[in-house]
Amino acid sequence: MYAFKYHKPSSIEDAAKVFSGADDARYLSGGHTLLPSMKLRLAGPSDIVDLSGIAGLKGIKVEADKVTIGAGTRHNDVALSAEVRAAIPALADLAGGIGDFQVRNRGTIGGSIANADPSADYPAAVVGLGATVHTNKRTIAGDDFFTGMFETALEDGEIVTAVSFPRPKRAAYMKFPNPASRYAVVGVMVAETASGMRVAVTGAAASVFRVAEMEQALASNFSPDAIAGVAVPADNLNSDIHAAADYRAHLVGVMAKRAVAKAAG
Amino acid sequence: MNENGIGARVRRKEDKRFITGRGNYTDDINRHGQTHAVFLRSPHAHARIVSIDTKAAMAAGAVAVLTGKDVADAGINGLPCGWLIHNKDGSPMKEPGHPVIALDRVRHVGDIVAMVIAESKNQAKDLAELVEVDYEVLPAAVNAVEALKPGAPQVHDDVEGNLCYDWHLGEKDPVDAAFAQAAHVTKLDVYNNRLAPNAMEPRAAIGEYDRATGEHTLYTTSQNPHVIRLLMGAFVLGLPEHKLRVVSPDVGGGFGSKIFHYAEEAAVTWAAKVVGRPIKWNSDRSEAFISDAQGRDHHTHAELALDNDGKFLGFRVSTTANMGAYLSTFSTSIPTYLYATLLAGLYATPAIYAEVKAAFTNTVPVDAYRGAGRPEACFVVESIVDKAARETGRDPAALRKLNLIPASAMPYQTPVALQYDSGDFVKNIDDALKVIDYDGFPARCDASKKKGMLRGIGLSSYIEACGIAPSTVAGALGARAGLYESAEVRVHPTGSVTVFTGSHSHGQGHETTFAQIVCERLGVPIENVEVVHGDTGKIPFGMGTYGSRSLAVGGVALHNSLEKVIAKGRKIAAHMMEAAETDVEFKDGHYRVAGTDKELAFGAIALQAYVPHNFPHDELEPGLDETSFYDPKNFTYPNGCHICEVEIDPDTGVTRIERFVAVDDFGNIINPMIVEGQVHGGIMQGIGQALCEDCIYDESGQLLTGSYMDYCMPKADMVPFYEVGTNVVPCTHNALGVKGAGEAGTIGAAAAVINAIRHATGVGDIQMPATSQRVWQAINASAAQAAE
Amino acid sequence: MPTVSMTVNGRKMSGECEERTLLVSFLRETLGLTGTHVGCDTSQCGACCVHVNGDSVKSCTLLAVQADGAEITTIEGVANGEELHAIQEAFRDNHGLQCGFCTPGMIMSALDLLKHNANPSETEIRHHLEGNLCRCTGYHNIVKSIQAAAVAMGGAS
Repeated sequence: MYAFKYHKPSSIEDAAKVFSGADDARYLSGGHTLLPSMKLRLAGPSDIVDLSGIAGLKGIKVEADKVTIGAGTRHNDVALSAEVRAAIPALADLAGGIGDFQVRNRGTIGGSIANADPSADYPAAVVGLGATVHTNKRTIAGDDFFTGMFETALEDGEIVTAVSFPRPKRAAYMKFPNPASRYAVVGVMVAETASGMRVAVTGAAASVFRVAEMEQALASNFSPDAIAGVAVPADNLNSDIHAAADYRAHLVGVMAKRAVAKAAG
Repeated sequence: MNENGIGARVRRKEDKRFITGRGNYTDDINRHGQTHAVFLRSPHAHARIVSIDTKAAMAAGAVAVLTGKDVADAGINGLPCGWLIHNKDGSPMKEPGHPVIALDRVRHVGDIVAMVIAESKNQAKDLAELVEVDYEVLPAAVNAVEALKPGAPQVHDDVEGNLCYDWHLGEKDPVDAAFAQAAHVTKLDVYNNRLAPNAMEPRAAIGEYDRATGEHTLYTTSQNPHVIRLLMGAFVLGLPEHKLRVVSPDVGGGFGSKIFHYAEEAAVTWAAKVVGRPIKWNSDRSEAFISDAQGRDHHTHAELALDNDGKFLGFRVSTTANMGAYLSTFSTSIPTYLYATLLAGLYATPAIYAEVKAAFTNTVPVDAYRGAGRPEACFVVESIVDKAARETGRDPAALRKLNLIPASAMPYQTPVALQYDSGDFVKNIDDALKVIDYDGFPARCDASKKKGMLRGIGLSSYIEACGIAPSTVAGALGARAGLYESAEVRVHPTGSVTVFTGSHSHGQGHETTFAQIVCERLGVPIENVEVVHGDTGKIPFGMGTYGSRSLAVGGVALHNSLEKVIAKGRKIAAHMMEAAETDVEFKDGHYRVAGTDKELAFGAIALQAYVPHNFPHDELEPGLDETSFYDPKNFTYPNGCHICEVEIDPDTGVTRIERFVAVDDFGNIINPMIVEGQVHGGIMQGIGQALCEDCIYDESGQLLTGSYMDYCMPKADMVPFYEVGTNVVPCTHNALGVKGAGEAGTIGAAAAVINAIRHATGVGDIQMPATSQRVWQAINASAAQAAE
Repeated sequence: MPTVSMTVNGRKMSGECEERTLLVSFLRETLGLTGTHVGCDTSQCGACCVHVNGDSVKSCTLLAVQADGAEITTIEGVANGEELHAIQEAFRDNHGLQCGFCTPGMIMSALDLLKHNANPSETEIRHHLEGNLCRCTGYHNIVKSIQAAAVAMGGAS
């Protein structure tokens, strides 16, 4: 790891100030992407701004129509929350499948979505459930948040403060994990929401994406059979040693069907 | 039976320190004033080093930056290879130099370019980035088969065509004759995937030099510290053994990868004197992937000739083995004497001929990894037998049983050099079939089909030559050292015992197993026995632990020393009880004069040995301390049958191991609990090779699976509980009747898993690792073919 | 260099370290608690598992400065003096370790499982261990050890 300056501000304002005053600062939340990259010397920020000292960033709030999760809330806080499980079981399931138990005891939702790893699970929840991302400057619709591989709509120095998930009528997340890293080779969130049907796919492409054809098919018939004939083109999908694009395309269909079956109960 | 003696499930003596965090691994050791080394490694698979500039690193505070030129100027030799193989024409193999630090050319990603020594590891890493290396990148040879083709990039200028050796075993003519009269010939092409050993403890080494005494000490993560002392002292650094101590304290797994003498060991030992301070190096995992010797990587074509009844008539095998960039310590013996000699398997095939070509490539060196050659042989044999069964419409179990060497044929001389001493192979299979309920498979298969799943069952019968090795045989086959083992038994005046063994435990539990043997023979309580290993300053000599040899060779050396102790004790007892030596018997920890009530406890004899007031000087020396060196007469031949049952999800290609049964013959067993543990771990490594582990290099020689993000280590949720049993047929040629259990699981398991997948999918040529993608593709291709 | 203070195994401890020092390095090198091991550099093997404020975490993926003021439990703090914890006894009774290198992490990880789920199924145990790699045991006896520990600790029946 390269040397850096460490800061632990107690307010968002201080955090933003330190960040903007530094050469090449990075925010640190759970640290489970940033620290491994720094250990391998793939990242070398001049300053680390640890957000864990900011009290307002943590916590889960369950309301009648939505679940709001503070950006600094750990995956296990979500996965093991009885309230979240009761409100949006698919979200608890998704959080409970990230990394491993020890990773879930550190990694946070804000860190995960700000990093926007194409194989991360949370992007499927943000887009698939039609969430809203709150930052220290504004709110961003989940559909607009992820803009590319490791790219988001966040401006330089902008801090995610919370994510609000509208309660779906029903939803389920199915993941095909990379057998080595346990990141998503393909992860599909299927949700019937107040604003319509949503099918969001993570892991398969540079960034999370929705499958409109499946959404339309499910709108008239919420069953696995309804999407059995929908083929996701392999053209723009990721291809690596674990899964070629055609296999990923196929897995999108399989995971989507299984998610529908699970959501349909 | 002694409650802690041979055959007892004794809890391990070593466990307490490990479960309380008090183990003492190499990286736990810190020496006063120590510096830290980081090795700057080549990012290229093949390149000429145009220049190295260390000035900036030195100016920024490095204690030292040492390069290949410094190594050469110091007169340091390259790393030696321990096994000389001869070509078909009798000429010796090609043995290019393997410098401790590369001089003008790097030959694999990870090849050492410079050693940067600083006050901390972080600082050394910072400074390593300031070392400027100008490379001229060269094309790389990666795949072994391609490397042997004309026009392939040359890894070593003095090795034409990258061919290390072209070797053969067996007689070709009888095999050709057998094929000429065959009713059926089965052909098979398999690639045995390259694996990274991945002991959970990464390698580490600390070098230290004492100016006052002129002594060098190396702490290292080794399976055989005496071998390291011999190779490094005599061949690389030119240090006399009495001034070089090598210590391997607790070692966190090895699986072969910690047998070899590595460059880092020589570098820290030498440089500690250069800088006048101890030097510590510990490997990062990503560094281990490009610097620990890897395993397997065989391309094989095999053909099996059968008659009308299904009897095997002849077997021919042609293998290309990847040696990597340099010859690691035992590398050359793996695809030859530890592989081709096992191609008879358990079958009475009358004619066998094997050819092996070994190729240099621009990849990490390849050497022994758990099983070492024998898993590769088992995979070829058990794959082709299964394929032959499918092709000829026979049940795979029945075809195997038809061709097994019967117990009545022991000792059995195979056509490929080995003489099996014992075993009941039919019983292994029958027992295993019964445990897994082979006859009930069709019903289970139907149940799976109803769920939309595929189900398959696969057998693998294996035999291995271990207890490595009879020195005369090993020497005749090219080993440059004997492979005996030593044991010293030091009885203390109050009757407690210290055993000094040349074997080395890095997880196998010798502190317990060896103590049980002492308990059994001397009748002393197990808590009064201490087993010491891993320090050349304490142990007379040792060849270390690998090749499932510790009990079968080191254990027998211990047994022999115990016999000497008992004999000496008998002399003392006879003297004390004023009886003839021939009248004194030793049983249950007591010497008794036959036919009288005179007896003395072993402890009383021990005390007398050290306070010998009236020993007859000419007949009896004081002391009770005996040493033996045991050189086995033959290899031992553990054998067994593994059966795996899998369920496959055709939609995703995911294979689930539903059952795994192993019935093994390890000869006599000292501690069944430990033996079962060895089998469990071995099976998991075999399953790992079969399902997920793979070192994948791209065309430029970059390792694409260089971390746990991409190299799939087997995890707990990949397997069910294993069902293991034994079928004891004692070894006929060692005093303990033991055969060895360390590698068996790994040798048998992979073929059982793959045969089950082949059975489930009906796709006969699925290769390892059978990843979900590969299985899904195979199912699809097969379905497409059926549709045509 | 900052000074970092934490309560480790019930004792207040502090030491100076660079900001880039990982918690595991601080424990091993500064505090001399070498029972916690490092087996990888991608936060996957779990050999470095310790408890921070009661939660199992990978101490290789946490800066020492982040743990300033925290309560830490390492493998050295599991036994009560010379009296082994039930889970340690269970690992010994069931041969749940061979080389011992992954063992401290396994025990710390399993303790956290049993805290959340006193009576885990075999499947739940195996799933929980996805963040802990062992190369020796094939996991068989580790799972058995955790099952036995659950019984001994009063969870399972």
